[in-house]
Amino acid sequence: MSIDTGAPPSPSTQDSEDSRQWTARVRRSAESAFPPDRLLPDRQPAYMASWIYVFGVLTVVSLAWVIITGCVLAVMGPSWWHVSSVGLFVNSLHLWSVEAFFFFMVIHLWGKFFMAAWRGNRRLTWVTGVVSFLVSVGAAFTGYLSQQNFDSQWISTQAKDGINATGAGAVWNVLNFGQMLMWHIVLLPIVVALIVGLHVLLVRRRGIVPPFELAKNGDEPEKAAAGTDPA
Amino acid sequence: MVTCVMLGLLLGALINLNGSGHYIQWGFIQMSLANLVVIVLMVIVFALAIVLPFPRRKRGNR
Repeated sequence: MSIDTGAPPSPSTQDSEDSRQWTARVRRSAESAFPPDRLLPDRQPAYMASWIYVFGVLTVVSLAWVIITGCVLAVMGPSWWHVSSVGLFVNSLHLWSVEAFFFFMVIHLWGKFFMAAWRGNRRLTWVTGVVSFLVSVGAAFTGYLSQQNFDSQWISTQAKDGINATGAGAVWNVLNFGQMLMWHIVLLPIVVALIVGLHVLLVRRRGIVPPFELAKNGDEPEKAAAGTDPA
Repeated sequence: MVTCVMLGLLLGALINLNGSGHYIQWGFIQMSLANLVVIVLMVIVFALAIVLPFPRRKRGNR
């Protein structure tokens, strides 16, 4: 921050002062890490011409449907999703979006595991994927507890002994409907969305992991995966 | 939406879901048939994703 003396600052002084501000530093590091052509590339490496690479984006699309249908359910409320035909349809869309989300995410996980996708300084990408998977399990579980039907009662009474045996039951009570609903519609979706967002940004930052053959031949993984090779 | 409802009715007519679930037991491992079907489907889709060729755009068609 500079003190205003009344005299007009020279352009060079102003530039050097501005460049030290935290806004300028954050902007510079963001531009350096995510240049527009890397953030939203036109082309992908040739080795991505395989069906196994589509499951990540299918997972993200399913998550988008989960969030959209969940927002509609939150607006309309349980009497709507339990009774009306349209409510039941949107409720089913929410359930089947979750099923698709986990279906695609597990195949994505298998694919990335056998590619050893943590190679080439992509450890954090792998770790954020694992964490998002675990948090998603919690989000789905609290969703089952929030159905307000016999199924949710059965699941909560079956789960309480297991959760209590870990000691977590002292602060996280699966029989407490209000707490489970808040975790399902506020806390866990925020965490999942943030971690998935970070995961996607890291994929853009580090690039898609190349096949073993490319890495073995001495090609730089980052160069090969920077999204510049013609597909 | 009508198409989806009709598709749901057709699938519902093929598979009767209006009853208690079926379970498979192997020693101490117990799993519902529905979960086993989903796991088998995931393995099949995973294998197909590796084996099936990905459609490529013809050169000069851009």
